[in-house]
Amino acid sequence: MGNAVAIIGTGQTKHGRRSDVCYPDLVREAVTAALEDAGITLKDIDGIVLGTMPSMMEGVSSTHFYFAEAMGSVGKPVLKVETCGSTGQSIGHCGFFWVASGMADIVLVVGSEKMSEGDGQATMTTVFDPFFQRTFAAGAPGVFTMQSMEWMYRFKIPEEKGREAAARISVSNHDNAMDNPHAHIRTRVTMEDVKNARIITYPVRLLDVCPASDGACAVIFATGEKARKICRKPAWIKGLGFRGEEFFYGESDKAIWMSATEAAAEAYRQAGIRNPLKELDVAEIYNPFTYQEMIFYECFGFCPRGEAPDYVLKGTFLKDGELPCCPSGGTLCSNPIGATGLIRLAEAALQVTGKAGARQVEGAKLALSHAMGGVDQFNGVTIVGSEL
Amino acid sequence: MAKEEHRIVKGQVMVPYEVALGKTWSMFYDFLKEEKIMGKKCPQCSRVLVPPRSFCPRCFEDMDEWVEVSQEGIVETWVYVNMPFFAQELKIPFISAQIRLDGSDTGFIHQVAGIDLTEFEKVREIVKLGGRVKAVWSREKKGNILDIAYFEPVK
Ligand SMILES: [Zn+2]
Repeated sequence: MGNAVAIIGTGQTKHGRRSDVCYPDLVREAVTAALEDAGITLKDIDGIVLGTMPSMMEGVSSTHFYFAEAMGSVGKPVLKVETCGSTGQSIGHCGFFWVASGMADIVLVVGSEKMSEGDGQATMTTVFDPFFQRTFAAGAPGVFTMQSMEWMYRFKIPEEKGREAAARISVSNHDNAMDNPHAHIRTRVTMEDVKNARIITYPVRLLDVCPASDGACAVIFATGEKARKICRKPAWIKGLGFRGEEFFYGESDKAIWMSATEAAAEAYRQAGIRNPLKELDVAEIYNPFTYQEMIFYECFGFCPRGEAPDYVLKGTFLKDGELPCCPSGGTLCSNPIGATGLIRLAEAALQVTGKAGARQVEGAKLALSHAMGGVDQFNGVTIVGSEL
Repeated sequence: MAKEEHRIVKGQVMVPYEVALGKTWSMFYDFLKEEKIMGKKCPQCSRVLVPPRSFCPRCFEDMDEWVEVSQEGIVETWVYVNMPFFAQELKIPFISAQIRLDGSDTGFIHQVAGIDLTEFEKVREIVKLGGRVKAVWSREKKGNILDIAYFEPVK
């Protein structure tokens, strides 16, 4: 794993439609918050890692040039990394690599997106190849619906049961977002609201789907030595995993989903976790779609394959359940994509350091964070703990 | 609440592209002109991939052997799309489907059509997970994926 690394500060914007600020000012809002949280200044930062979705999202190429100064990068090394939706985990991993290698003491990691400025679904359609699959693409909902249908068919999950469980996930994420001042969507919804919402791509309805958000997140990584000196309660990086699979949709099995399964397995090996359901205290899963959240539960070993709806229906992943998932309201209630995976990590760090405010899971010591990117192609997981 | 004091600048970026298909994918489209769906077989893992690849993504070996696969297959999953997306080629409503053609080891993405698509409730009585579909060819071949016009449910 390299040298010990800890998160010493996090910062997030208020996510949502942020036409009150230009993109660089939005980024600076998160960076300033993270520096304040860590109690350090830009002078302490040795290097900066950032990531976003494809530049077409906001219509400015290579956004790291556009908001370089907003990250305080003048006179510092800058590294941009992007892996679509999993960008937030990838940049967190790179922040870790940089510090764990001993090449830097303190690294600032920044993820951002300003989705209200472009056409998110149009941008994501260009992630498909232009020869074979783009013709049949229907944005992210098309893909995730196909995956969810295949998963339910494979494990013989009755449609009504899948629907019921997915609606419960929507209700609980919306409830949780009420506790999160950063969340984009802060409205309670009922089971009936979800089940009667407008159909996007059957069986997926409007309230099964995340919003398109503007937002930024910054996380500061430090060596163990610096962390102990600067920070009263750091969040230690316990394990990380990242896996990719084939580009063409249909070439790998998305009901089992090797990349999600193996990314978590790798992180568990490093963190010494054998029974994630019992050992983890909280999980922040990348859940832009309710049905997909259940596939992740299975890939991450929270329950046996095909049984996620049963676990959801008995309340396992509720805030007061055995393994609370997405107490922040998750991706379902805020999705500034380039920031989203890093928000998951920031939320996990807040949880294990007791700084999560109203969304705090009592006594949380070990947390999983995750993000997924591309046409179901990449998955990244980072596990943080209150102790090294 | 006071009216928000901010302004928006509107713009659009249009960029032309000319994207090379390369040898393997060009040949795939040449075969489509002859109404043949061809995959490539890996010398190491023996999987037949459609769309074909110049190399096996898992074994990283060159894939030189062309294999004709069936024009019929099983619907592994599908989605009924009745919502417009920017620059969408197909008119809504349409069905995107992942089809495992007999003799191949991958799901092939195409559309299911040839039936009345206007009402979802009627469509789902005809298009089923695990159901069989077969290719219907476009009369005029343009060297693109719609040379296969669509896949229609097999009665
Ligand atoms: Zn092979």
